[in-house]
Amino acid sequence: MAHVIAPSDCRQFTGGVTEFDIEADTVRRLTAELERRYPGLGAWLDRRMAVAIDGEIHQDAWTSPLTPASEVYFIPKIGGG
Amino acid sequence: MSKRHVSAIVNGDAVEFLTDPGMTLLDALRDELELTGSKEGCGSGDCGACSVVVDGRLVCSCLMLAAEAEGRRIETIEGMAQASDLHPLQRKFLEHAALQCGFCTPGILVASKALLDANPDPTETEVRYWLAGNLCRCTGYDKIIRAVMDAAAEMRQARVVA
Amino acid sequence: MTDTLERPDVKPDLKVVGTRPIRPDGAEKVTGRAQFGADFNMPGQLVGKVLRSPHAHARIVSIDAKKARALPGVKAVVTGADFPNLADEFHEGGEAASNLRDLAMNVMARDKALYDGHAVAAVAATSTAIADEALALIKVTYEVLPHVIEVEAAMAPDAPVLHAHMYTEGLEERPTLPSNIARRNRIARGDLDAGFAAAEVVVQDRYVTQAVHQGYIEPHACVASWAADGQCNVWSSSQGQFMVRTYCAKVLGLEMSNIRVTPAEIGGGFGGKTTVYLEPLALALSRQSGHPVKMVMNREEVFRATGPTSGAVMYVKLGAKKDGTIVAADVELKYQAGAFAGSPVGAGSMTALACYDIPNFAITGWDVVSNCPKVAAYRAPGAPIAAFAVESAVDELARKLDMDPIALREKNGVKNGVKASYGPTFNAIGYLETLAAIKTCPQYAMPLGPNQGRGVAVGFWFNVGGESTAAVNIGEDGSAVVVTGNPDIGGSRASMAIMAAEVLGVPVEQVRPMVADTASIGFSMLTGGSRTTFATGMAVVQAAEKVVAQLKRRAAVIWDVAPDQVEWANGAAVCRDPAKSTGKTLTLEGLAAQSARTGGPISAQVSLNAQGAGPGFGVHVCDVEIDPETGHVTVLRYTAAQDVGRAIHPSYVEGQVQGGVAQGVGWALNEEYIFDRDGKMENAGFLDYRVPVASDLPMIDAILVEVPNPRHPFGAKGVGEVPIVPPLAAVANAVRAAIGVRMTTLPLSPPKIRAALDAKAG
Repeated sequence: MAHVIAPSDCRQFTGGVTEFDIEADTVRRLTAELERRYPGLGAWLDRRMAVAIDGEIHQDAWTSPLTPASEVYFIPKIGGG
Repeated sequence: MSKRHVSAIVNGDAVEFLTDPGMTLLDALRDELELTGSKEGCGSGDCGACSVVVDGRLVCSCLMLAAEAEGRRIETIEGMAQASDLHPLQRKFLEHAALQCGFCTPGILVASKALLDANPDPTETEVRYWLAGNLCRCTGYDKIIRAVMDAAAEMRQARVVA
Repeated sequence: MTDTLERPDVKPDLKVVGTRPIRPDGAEKVTGRAQFGADFNMPGQLVGKVLRSPHAHARIVSIDAKKARALPGVKAVVTGADFPNLADEFHEGGEAASNLRDLAMNVMARDKALYDGHAVAAVAATSTAIADEALALIKVTYEVLPHVIEVEAAMAPDAPVLHAHMYTEGLEERPTLPSNIARRNRIARGDLDAGFAAAEVVVQDRYVTQAVHQGYIEPHACVASWAADGQCNVWSSSQGQFMVRTYCAKVLGLEMSNIRVTPAEIGGGFGGKTTVYLEPLALALSRQSGHPVKMVMNREEVFRATGPTSGAVMYVKLGAKKDGTIVAADVELKYQAGAFAGSPVGAGSMTALACYDIPNFAITGWDVVSNCPKVAAYRAPGAPIAAFAVESAVDELARKLDMDPIALREKNGVKNGVKASYGPTFNAIGYLETLAAIKTCPQYAMPLGPNQGRGVAVGFWFNVGGESTAAVNIGEDGSAVVVTGNPDIGGSRASMAIMAAEVLGVPVEQVRPMVADTASIGFSMLTGGSRTTFATGMAVVQAAEKVVAQLKRRAAVIWDVAPDQVEWANGAAVCRDPAKSTGKTLTLEGLAAQSARTGGPISAQVSLNAQGAGPGFGVHVCDVEIDPETGHVTVLRYTAAQDVGRAIHPSYVEGQVQGGVAQGVGWALNEEYIFDRDGKMENAGFLDYRVPVASDLPMIDAILVEVPNPRHPFGAKGVGEVPIVPPLAAVANAVRAAIGVRMTTLPLSPPKIRAALDAKAG
């Protein structure tokens, strides 16, 4: 089960929960599962957040692979100069 | 407003153009003579991107009226290389990676050449103060100063050999 | 956990990567031939000019352009009424989110002008003089409104509100009234109160920075041509031709395929050219007039109407044990966003404590609109501001603890396996190595004289990857052209050529890189976020690898061997089939000459979304001398160390570091937006907005710490953002050491230093 941490703003969808354990082997399947559990959450994360998988930042990365031991951290998208 | 006729020598060649009384030399070079190597970064003489040499003197071409060019000898970046041979300063700028975006580069090269024409052996401090009128926002000046010093050394060496 | 070691090894044996060839676009740039934004012209083009609001905040009651339109030579006049009203729509596209509605209203004001310099109308005429005359004939009736600039004033309950629809996001409860606070964000971990209760030493202070401009020397410029059939061409200087295409399409309601954007050479951007100002106006003027329209900003317009980065007010409180262990940190950041929401306070919050492993902390960020130009990205957006406050506070902590500032940072520094303050767990970072590089650099041991001081500061940036396309096309003679969609802002062509040459096994001069227009290469995100060498470089490497695979197949056809019996080495196919003569070779030239018979042209294109850009850390040491008479600060020496992954072209990596330092020194010592009582910018020119000149700076020593990024085939990571993060505090900490007074408000200009010295003397 990948361990998932979302920013505190996600409470609007979850009623307070910000950490989840999800069985998924890609980011796409993970957000789909979150969307199933908390309608709106998966779509919101998809649109507004980048994801750090085991410390590496991925943006717009539905196909990025996850392992059962992955730490998945949703963080705001990063731009730059 | 009627236009004025101007004759000048630009990079060794006689040129003629018509100018509005208020037109700057920079605009005449860029728009009338299509020499767009001189750049406008500020239009107020603060950035040096438009540096040219007029009768041996380094000036900001944005601060000089085109009409004042009558009868004068003007050197721009386009006249710096001899045919396909780059000037030592141009070569050293490339070797030292002394440019990033390259926008300020023509003005800095023209200003540097004016320095070395007057002072073939400048100290680092002299180079820095001479180029203080030429803004570069990319490089932090480090590699520019090194390139100018290195070009000066090579040109002195060439003179000794010759 | 994914193990770093399981990843494909970074190629160890490199021939071209790490060398310093002459940049491929160099000759054009030293001879004045390179075409920058304002150097391009079209037959029959008109001159476009913008009328700008003279008020910081005003309702636009009416615009009467009849007289301007009637002026001979005037071919078009546009105002807000000529642009579609867009709904809120966040354009993500992998960049920092921008609200297209705000973008469109920033390009051209609609019912309100929100800052001095906000565009309210534009004209196209047959000459500059006529265009200027036309601007003077446009009668705009304003109802001037109270304005607010400074961030804390804009947050006050009685502040004039810029946007009646703005209700603060990110609070526990939605507020009942609109305000200038667009958003609050919060990052926290552990128990802050318990952390401070356990602390034996506490420092706290308030820090202030002013808005500063990116200061690229090339003003914004473009030519736009709208043909009768609706097909548009735009030539412009920007950090991304695809960004220009997207934004023009959105602002004007066009199909992207009808807009072709050709990138000019770009005369500096530093983040400031990641958005559009002129291009949609030029297109609208071209549509109305039926002529191509050229628009070039002057320097005053660049300052008044294009993106500075935020001014800010910050509060930092740190608590530590006597042994130097930092146990608690409370950081509050209030950033100006300019006239529309979207300051870089989010990134400021995420980076503020990113160099430190602290068990208990809270970071609160406030994104606040006020009547100054909408901020644009500026190199590591948001991070230098936060680092100024945090690194100043850490320096004070080191003083109170009587600890070496590097030792304190080593004791609390993040390392692989540590959870970053912004969430994820670090791996493959080189922070401690970078600290060590400064600890052992010659400058750190040099003795200081009277009125001199030394300051240390560190900085962090994420770096990004993202979407890029690259094509590698082999000519009939075996030479290679590499095509990408990223403007070359600081020598990236050189690094693209190096990476392709490395894979192809040919001399770098045999590879010619070019930057293509939006119709000639696949989508690429803009050049920014330190992504090009990493992400576009990855696309180049993969495209070159595809070409090599094709070349091996071609050789197999020629030799009539199985493809797996062919190797590629030193720019040639090598036969490894013992049945045929092992070791015979076919060069790239030879294979290219026979390409028609072996399957046609040899080329490959790769589009990807690069992931896994490694974060970068910088450690800087700055020595200053103060003139006690004038308060002038001279930077005597400066050394900057940075973990750069692997330097593809070390000279241009050093250049990024040196340039970032110079900009940071300017930010620390001289640069600031100054507004008068009416909210007009008072110093909109390079004379009064003073960026560092050659005589202001010493040589800047750049130490490249190479800890290869396992996610890039050659170990590269972004390098352009990090170096601007530490200098603000490095300079301020050096000034503190020199004068014995902590300066908490930037810039550290002579009058401020004099005042501090006078106050100290009593």
